[in-house]
Amino acid sequence: MFRDIIIGRYIPGASALHRIDPTVKIVFTILYVAALFMIDNPVSYLIFTAYTAALVIMSNVPIRVILKGIRPMLWIFIFTAVLNVFMTPGEALWSLPIFSFTLKITKEGAAAGAEITIRLLYLLIGTSLLTLTTSPLQLTDGLEKLLSPLGKIKVPSQEIAMMMTIAIRFIPTLAEETDKIMKAQTARGADFETGNIIKRAKAMVPLLVPLFVSAFRRADDLATAMEARCYTGGTKRTRMKESRFTRLDAAACVIFTVACVLLFAAEYLIQI
Amino acid sequence: MIKTEDLCYTYGVGTPFERHALQNVNLEIPDGALTAIIGHTGSGKSTLIQHFNALIKPTSGRVLIDGADINASGAELKRARRAVGLVFQYPEHQLFEETVYRDIAFGPRNMGLNDEEIDSRVRNAAHLVGLGEKYLERSPFELSGGEKRRAAIAGVLAMEPKALILDEPTAGLDPKGRDDILSIIKKLHEENRDMIILFVSHSMEDVAKTAENVIVMNEGRVEFEGTVETVFSNAERLRKIGLDAPQMTLLADAMRGAGFALPDNIYTVEGAADAIARIFGGGGDV
Amino acid sequence: MIETQNLSFAYRADDGARENVLKEVNLKIEKGSFVAVLGRNGSGKSTLAKHFNAILLPSGGKVYVNGMDTADADNTFRIRRAAGMVFQNPDNQMVAAAVEDEVAFAPENLGVEPKEIRRRVDECLKAVGMTEYAAAEPSKLSGGQKQRVAIAAVLAMNSEILVLDEPTAMLDPKGRREVIETLKRLNREKGITVALITHFMDEAAEAERVIVMDEGKVVLDGAPKNVFRETEKLKSLGLDAPQITLLASELAKRGVEIDKRVITVEECLAELLKKAGERGL
Repeated sequence: MFRDIIIGRYIPGASALHRIDPTVKIVFTILYVAALFMIDNPVSYLIFTAYTAALVIMSNVPIRVILKGIRPMLWIFIFTAVLNVFMTPGEALWSLPIFSFTLKITKEGAAAGAEITIRLLYLLIGTSLLTLTTSPLQLTDGLEKLLSPLGKIKVPSQEIAMMMTIAIRFIPTLAEETDKIMKAQTARGADFETGNIIKRAKAMVPLLVPLFVSAFRRADDLATAMEARCYTGGTKRTRMKESRFTRLDAAACVIFTVACVLLFAAEYLIQI
Repeated sequence: MIKTEDLCYTYGVGTPFERHALQNVNLEIPDGALTAIIGHTGSGKSTLIQHFNALIKPTSGRVLIDGADINASGAELKRARRAVGLVFQYPEHQLFEETVYRDIAFGPRNMGLNDEEIDSRVRNAAHLVGLGEKYLERSPFELSGGEKRRAAIAGVLAMEPKALILDEPTAGLDPKGRDDILSIIKKLHEENRDMIILFVSHSMEDVAKTAENVIVMNEGRVEFEGTVETVFSNAERLRKIGLDAPQMTLLADAMRGAGFALPDNIYTVEGAADAIARIFGGGGDV
Repeated sequence: MIETQNLSFAYRADDGARENVLKEVNLKIEKGSFVAVLGRNGSGKSTLAKHFNAILLPSGGKVYVNGMDTADADNTFRIRRAAGMVFQNPDNQMVAAAVEDEVAFAPENLGVEPKEIRRRVDECLKAVGMTEYAAAEPSKLSGGQKQRVAIAAVLAMNSEILVLDEPTAMLDPKGRREVIETLKRLNREKGITVALITHFMDEAAEAERVIVMDEGKVVLDGAPKNVFRETEKLKSLGLDAPQITLLASELAKRGVEIDKRVITVEECLAELLKKAGERGL
């Protein structure tokens, strides 16, 4: 299951989406998420869907990979959807009295459930597309540039960016390690799958302790290795890959602006 | 007895990463065997041994542990699992308890044994791996690398499996630590005549020194198997799949090429010294 | 060149007591040499290695790298650049998510010009034979390949000395061979000084010089032939000798005396042929 998680994974490639400047991509992703939570008109959703589909196609990331990435999150979607469907007050579409309590689905609830599911789904796809097409190092570069104005007010933007890259870099390593320790403890008769919540939480101890021990060991090793290669924090670092604002970035900006205008038009001009 | 019938295992079925890790593996490992599995990284060794503990289920084919099928569920699966103790690579990374004693007791406790039985098993297992009483109340994280590994092996031995399987038990240890582990394996074999001991190794010298039988894996298949003598006398065949024979076998081959008449069962230093001394009219065995 | 003078080092234990890990070590590692450092776990060999790179500083005595005192903080970065260090676990020393970015990391830290970084990255990847993997993700590489990338990543600082702390301990035989061959080539062709910490005797046998550490001291030091012939002493130090050398001493016990300095199959065969000639066999 850990292998299927796509947030934070990077798939190397040369698609247009891969080549867009990381700073531009990060800004777009933030705007994408903001837009996603501002729209609530069916036409806007249609435009948004088309836009998301276009991004997925442009990224050249196999659809299968994205679908598999959605699967581990499925229960969160279902949970929030169900919660919304049953908990939103309004005009009842269907109801079932249970003792003094009435279980009912309202029109508003159905709409809210559908909306939240779509939003979460697009949120997952949109943010995953950023990490799928941007290597962690580029991601750091992008973040660093975005945060660099904060450097003037003594926010260690370079260090923050470096911490994030390392975290992302170690996700696959730690996922693999989790899998290995789980298997090793299962071979010693540990049971991670049955029992009530308390029993299951207790069953996690033989997994979590070794995982933390190993994470600390790795952190220590990594710090030494970075020090040995003259890392001293941000100040005078240079970059091999200088990002320049290319025609592709300009095109991306134009397309994104058009998409925003369309959304805006749909949201406020079309009334249904 | 551990038996596999046409065992196949494929990673990532239906994805572009589909990879046949095991193909038609047919093995029979009798009780009391002391067998080494050799082969390159990616030859399927680790995938194979994880089947023996039902951590991985076959894509097709069967694995039988004392007749119990790992494809089964319920009591039969439990019986298969109980029969096999699996020691992973770098097993010291799975230590987690406050004391060595409690860590070794983790397995037996999961089996639902009573305290008295657990206590005797823990002490017995610690003794088998050469960790004396004074170690039991110490934190496993304070031990040296070799000691940690022995504590982890004790944790599996305390479950008293009928088959003990170790994945590269000497990896990363210094020569002394390596010898300690190999002598534990040998001692276990001598004292438990019914126990199957199976270990994966990259060191031909360790295999020559310790094992009685060898299974050679290559690209997900059993390339060939047999006694240590027969496998290592096939230096040419090993070389063809990119594995080395032990140095003594290579020396014996070179000597034969130079006209010395040597028997073809040479793979350890002692064996080579005896055979060469015999040619030179020396005393032979010391 | 690395030189230690009466180097001592003590870790502070939890109870405040000081435990001496290195005791009065005097060594000189010449420029362009290939030195292996052997010793059981806890012999102090890794601690020694970390002094060559100013990761650890002496509690007593001095360490000089290319004449620079490691205790002088002004020298730290020049020393780390001159003596690059590769560690045991390949996964734990990788910072970047692509091979070329990993190699670029050190020169980026040093503030090197982007064009020059690119040149060094290409050159260093070529030097370790990893050019075709420049864009690959490190997690997709084999252990041997990862360590070759780690070597390139320190060479990118233009290091003249490579200090490697058990770089092959976690590798399979193929990976080990790749790393050792790479080191030998860098030593031979580029004159890189190599200090290899290991506990594989066959690797040490390929060095020009073997230093054996025990309990924080240098106990044996010399050419592999002369160090490995001390089979009994090595055994008592928790170490081993190469199989062929062990055979020579086993043969001696059985009344067949050949030169105990043999290490390779070829050398041993030559000795045996000579012996057979003497005995008229």
